Formats: sequence, C-alpha cells, structure tokens
Amino acid sequence: MSIVIEHLNYVYMTGGPYETHALHDVSMTIEDGEFVGLIGHTGSGKSTLVQHLNGLLMPSSGRVLVDGMDLADKETDRRAVRCKVGLVFQYPENQLFEETVEKDIAFGPKNLGLAQEEIDRRVRDAMRRVALDYDSIAQRSVFELSGGQMRRVAIAGVLAMEPRVLVLDEPCAGLDPRGREEILGLISDLHKESGTTIVMVSHSMDDVASLAERVIVMNKGEVAMDGTPREVFARGNELREIGLDVPQAVELAQRLREKGFDIPEGVYRMEEMREVILNLVRKGGRRA
Amino acid sequence: MLKDITLGQYFPGNSVVHRMDPRTKLILTIAYIVGVFMVKNLPGYLIALGFLYLVVRIAGIQFSYLLKGVKPLRFIIVFTFILNVIFAQGETPIFTLGFFTLTKEALSRAVYFAMRLVFLVMGTSVLTLTTSPVQLTDGLERLMRPLEKVNFPAHELAMMMTIALRFIPTLLEETDKIQKAQMARGADFESGNLIARAKAMIPLLVPLFVSSFRRANDLAMAMEARCYRGGSHRTRLRELKFTRLDAYGTLTVAAFLGVIALEGMILG
Repeated sequence: MSIVIEHLNYVYMTGGPYETHALHDVSMTIEDGEFVGLIGHTGSGKSTLVQHLNGLLMPSSGRVLVDGMDLADKETDRRAVRCKVGLVFQYPENQLFEETVEKDIAFGPKNLGLAQEEIDRRVRDAMRRVALDYDSIAQRSVFELSGGQMRRVAIAGVLAMEPRVLVLDEPCAGLDPRGREEILGLISDLHKESGTTIVMVSHSMDDVASLAERVIVMNKGEVAMDGTPREVFARGNELREIGLDVPQAVELAQRLREKGFDIPEGVYRMEEMREVILNLVRKGGRRA
Repeated sequence: MLKDITLGQYFPGNSVVHRMDPRTKLILTIAYIVGVFMVKNLPGYLIALGFLYLVVRIAGIQFSYLLKGVKPLRFIIVFTFILNVIFAQGETPIFTLGFFTLTKEALSRAVYFAMRLVFLVMGTSVLTLTTSPVQLTDGLERLMRPLEKVNFPAHELAMMMTIALRFIPTLLEETDKIQKAQMARGADFESGNLIARAKAMIPLLVPLFVSSFRRANDLAMAMEARCYRGGSHRTRLRELKFTRLDAYGTLTVAAFLGVIALEGMILG
C-alpha cells in the first residue's frame, strides 16, 4: 500500500491577515514497507504534511492518494483511510481520556465497530508491542502512569487500529534518554516484525540516522532533499545552511578528516564510525 | 467556524486609530453607541455608515471585515426583526393575514432595531480590530481604577481578562489538535443523534480539561516564581499616555455626535 502525494499545496487562513503558505508544491511517493525519516526546522511544514496523509487536512490544491484512493474525493471512506494510516501526534499522551488503560486503547477498535473478542485481542497485542504488561497495567487509570508509560499507552491506542502505515510526529519529544530508547526500539521492532510502513517526523538527526532507510528534508514548506541517509547526510553543509544539524557520527568524521585522518565518505551511523576508528587505531593511528 | 468571528479579533496595524490611547477608544466607542441610539431615521444611519467607513479607512482595514463580524450574529438580528414585526403596535396597516396585521410603524421599528444591532456590532468591532487585547484590558483597568477606592478589584479583573484572552487561541489550537488525534483513532464528531454527539464530546472534553488545569497550575507557579503580588505597587512597561491623536479622535466623534443630533432635530 503506497501513499502518493502530487503537487500538494496547503494554505492556512486563506485571505486573512495571518495567511500562511505552509506547503508548497510537495510531491513524493511513500512505498509499502519503507521507513521514512522526515526532518525539518520548526515551521518547515512537516506536521502539516503528515496531517494530509490520513485526510485530517485537505489539500488547498494537489492530490493525496492512499492505496490509489483520492482523499479529497467524497466517495472515499475517510474512516477506512484513517484505519490504514495511523497517526500518532506530538505529545500523544495529551489525548488520553478513559478511566483505564484498557478502555483507552480500545477506543480506536471500538470506533471501527469490531466484535468484543477482536477488541480484546487487539488491546492485548498492542500492549505487548509497546512493552506494557497487560496484567498489571490494563486496569489502572491512565493518569497514574509515568510520562513514558502514558506515551506508550497513546501509541498502543493507534496500534490497536492495526494500521499498515504508522506516522509518528516527534515520538520522542520530551522523553528522557531511556524513554527515548524504548520508544525508538518499539518503532524499529514494529517495522521489522510486521513490515509496517513507518513515517517518523523528528528533530533528532541521530534518531533518524539510526533507523530510517530514507530521509526527506523539508524546508519552508518545500522538499529540500529526498534520498538515503547516506546521500542526505553527505550534504552536511547544506543541512547546516537551512538550520539543521548532522548526526554526531557525520560531524565526528568530518572533524577527523580535517585533522588528516583517512575516514571513508558516507559514514553516518555511530556503530559504523566505531568500526572505522577501531580500524584506524589497529593500524597504529597513522595519518594519511 | 470559531475562527470566522471578527468580533474580538485584532487586526495588527500602525494607523492613527491603532496608535490612539485605548482609554480614549473605549470612551469614544461608548459615545458612538450613544450616537447610534440617538439615530431616529434613515439619513441618520447613512451618516453613521459614512462615519464608520471613514474610521475604518483611516485604520487601514477593509470595510468587508466589519461586515464579516456581523455574519455570525445574523440569526439574532433576524430574530429581533421578526419579534418586532409581530409584537410592535401601530396604526397604519399595510396588509392583514388572518389575525395578524402588519403595520407601517411595526415594520419601521423592526428595521431600526435590526439596523441598530448591526451598527453596534460594527462599531465595537472597530475597537477590537484596532486595539490589541492587552491594550484593551490595560485601558479598562485604568478606567476602573477610581473604583479601587471602594475595594473593587480592578487590577485582578483586568489580569483575569488578559489571561483569558491570551489563552483563547491556545485552547482553540489544543481543541483542534485533540479533535484530530481522536479522529485519527476513528472518532466521529459529526454524525449521530444529539445523545450520540454529546457522548462523542467526552474524548475531547476530558483531555481539554486535564490540560487546562495543568496549564493554569503552571501559569500560577510561573507568576509566583516571578513574585507576582497583584495590583498594588506594580509599575508598568508601557505607561498609557494621551497624545494629540486622542484629541483628534475625540473631535471626530464629537463632530459625528453633533451631526447626528442636528440631523435628528431638522428631520425629526
């Protein structure tokens, strides 16, 4: 199931004094099973873009096709689309409302009109995926949980819809390093185990570098770069020009190169970098 | 939609009207309202219309913006009109339908009442369009200050208004976000009967309340951390000052009131 975006434009508050052109002629295709990292500065249009992927926002002009269905078409069943494309908002724990964890996660499947047994199965499955223990947590109030746990309950609430595509807007925002690791781990598992297509919006270059197979860079409502992490992070200077950073490994490689060490191009993951440095050390640290 | 309401929306600018002291603008708006109530005939409304048009042009705002502000109130206006047509007494019948008689007096009364409402809304829109909420509450506080002698909490009221106004956009944004998040989980806010719709609001209202309380708590804490102690002995960053602009504004409105009064006397 692919998502095709053609010449998408979006304008907020048309005609008023605060009119803003949030997206400008954006075109891209997200293929089935991809892991896409979407990066960009605050206000670059990434959050606006992801809301188009399941029909929460309608294009001012252009088209969004999910599995061949045009989202602007009145015939299209939006709820069916939202079931296929799950969207986890920024700080999703702010949307929790039910008395218990179980009920909150069941909200989505219930809206789909599923049978009770199926809902139960999905709740258990979703909780397992986000590493929450059903027996000890399911009956507790969502407001008793820790921040990281609340976030995982919220993600489970979207997973329980069993979407083919999962879109996450800054899933690690405001979490401590451990919470971040856990969330990134579960996203990665989801991608590997069930082949779910992932679109992850992030500020953190390192998160994107460690997980994504494709990186799309947004700048001022336009697609600035689109390619493999290797291709995109090789353009470090351009990234810095639009106010973004490069992953730490890329930064380290560049600085070592400046010092005269022979570091191959296209290294962007810390693990790779470690190998390169270890090799250098074994060779006796000779400068090229 | 909520965002279409012009009443209470600030239109940023740097015109003469924008730069006037908010206290003057508040008082002049009240004077304008008095003026509108003095109008007794159609030419009077034309004068008022001309006056509004003039002020809006000086402020650099399109006149259509004022009309947009009236739009959400169209039902109230139509309702007032119909009530007046039905219940006002008159002597010159135009036509009779069963036991209902439409009289000339009732019709003209209804028209004037509806016009009056339209002009009130448009006039007060000029105030809110050219005055930022902060300035407005600042002006209100200063105007109410004499009442503090009788223990009227002028500063506290103004602060509450400022905070409430400040958080309207935040709350709207939050509502929009939560609504979308629940829609992404298949929630339906648009269909079903009244009970189903009321029930559908729960997933929206609970998170909204939770975040509002948290936000209020954070704000109180932040204010306390900066030693906020209410109205006494507070100095301000921008002192309000009357300038020549305020004199011009007052003269303009006085001229408007004069013309209205004169017109009323001549045409009766």
